Amino acid sequence: MAELDTSGGGGKKKHGGKKSKKMSTRVDLTPMVDLGFLLVTFFMLTTTFSKPQTMEINMPVKVDKEQSEKIEQDVKASEAMTLLLGPDNFCYYFVGLPSENAEVTKVDYSKDGLRRAVLVKQLQLDAVKRKEFLTVVIKASDESNYRNLVDALDEMNILNVKRYAIVDINEMDKKLLKKAIGG
Amino acid sequence: MPKVKIPRKSTLIDMTAMCDVAFLLLTFFMLTTKFKTDDPVVVDLPTSISDIKLPDSDIMTLTMTKDGRVIFGIDGKYNRERLLDKIAEKYQMKFTDDEKAMFSLVSSFGVPINRLKEYLTLEPGAMKDDKNNPGIPCDSTNNELGVWIMNGRLANPKFRIAIRGDGKVPAPLVKKVIATLQDKNVNKFNLVTNIEAKPQQ
Repeated sequence: MAELDTSGGGGKKKHGGKKSKKMSTRVDLTPMVDLGFLLVTFFMLTTTFSKPQTMEINMPVKVDKEQSEKIEQDVKASEAMTLLLGPDNFCYYFVGLPSENAEVTKVDYSKDGLRRAVLVKQLQLDAVKRKEFLTVVIKASDESNYRNLVDALDEMNILNVKRYAIVDINEMDKKLLKKAIGG
Repeated sequence: MPKVKIPRKSTLIDMTAMCDVAFLLLTFFMLTTKFKTDDPVVVDLPTSISDIKLPDSDIMTLTMTKDGRVIFGIDGKYNRERLLDKIAEKYQMKFTDDEKAMFSLVSSFGVPINRLKEYLTLEPGAMKDDKNNPGIPCDSTNNELGVWIMNGRLANPKFRIAIRGDGKVPAPLVKKVIATLQDKNVNKFNLVTNIEAKPQQ
């Protein structure tokens, strides 16, 4: 590996005399190359791994309360589903429009929980060729957290639900949620 | 019979060319990469299957910590200078050149506007301290976050908004931040998440 002085020695004998020893100007570049590639590897690895992923969210243009209630009524009961994000990392959902006696089911955010629930509804609608009309309304209660919201949105992406919205929780939903937790 | 001499060849290779290549690549990577900006807080991001990459530049970051503070950050030294000018104009504040220079170096901060001057006199190390970053107020009565967002967009209309939130951030804060964004007519924004494997369908 080391190449220090190879050519310098040869010339000395031929000329003889008192000529001072010529030092070779060649330097071993191997360690420098090593260092160079080490740094290249470092930069390559740090760049590809530090770029964060994002999820794009499009919120509807702000509408007043009356309008939003009207929009809610335009959705068919059979194609609507509401997710209430509750405390302790549990999600409570019901199918159909919100009413006092909606049947609320408790699920978690795993693949056998929320995903299966939405998938079942999707398959039901698929039988009548209206799968893409499924409308999911996500309502986060005050006890839920950001991870729950992202998990719920993520399920929408996984299951390819085209219509979903984040809506503020109202009094009726709160009552439903309370009843579901209590009983 | 004389012995046949096999000429000895040197096993040494000239490393100069390889060295050139290595350093060319090194220069390329050094110039094209941007180092991760150091955040004042540690956030444990939630995961999602989404694999859209966050753009490199023109990003306004709203960081939500699990104790309910909001930290605001925008990238680009020039953008920050313009933002401070706009804020100074709005709040009738005067900033010295030193303060302006300091502000242009701060990648993210979480102080109310009335404490901003005090904040800019701190040592760079102390700026990352939690107690010096009480969070930007975003209540409906005193919504400074909205002011920052609006003026940030005035400073550079190309800004995209990214929300970085800890998984444990309570939902009311998330709703408050989203409501603030909607209030300023920002209906398209990105949630920063960590990657998670896509399920097999």
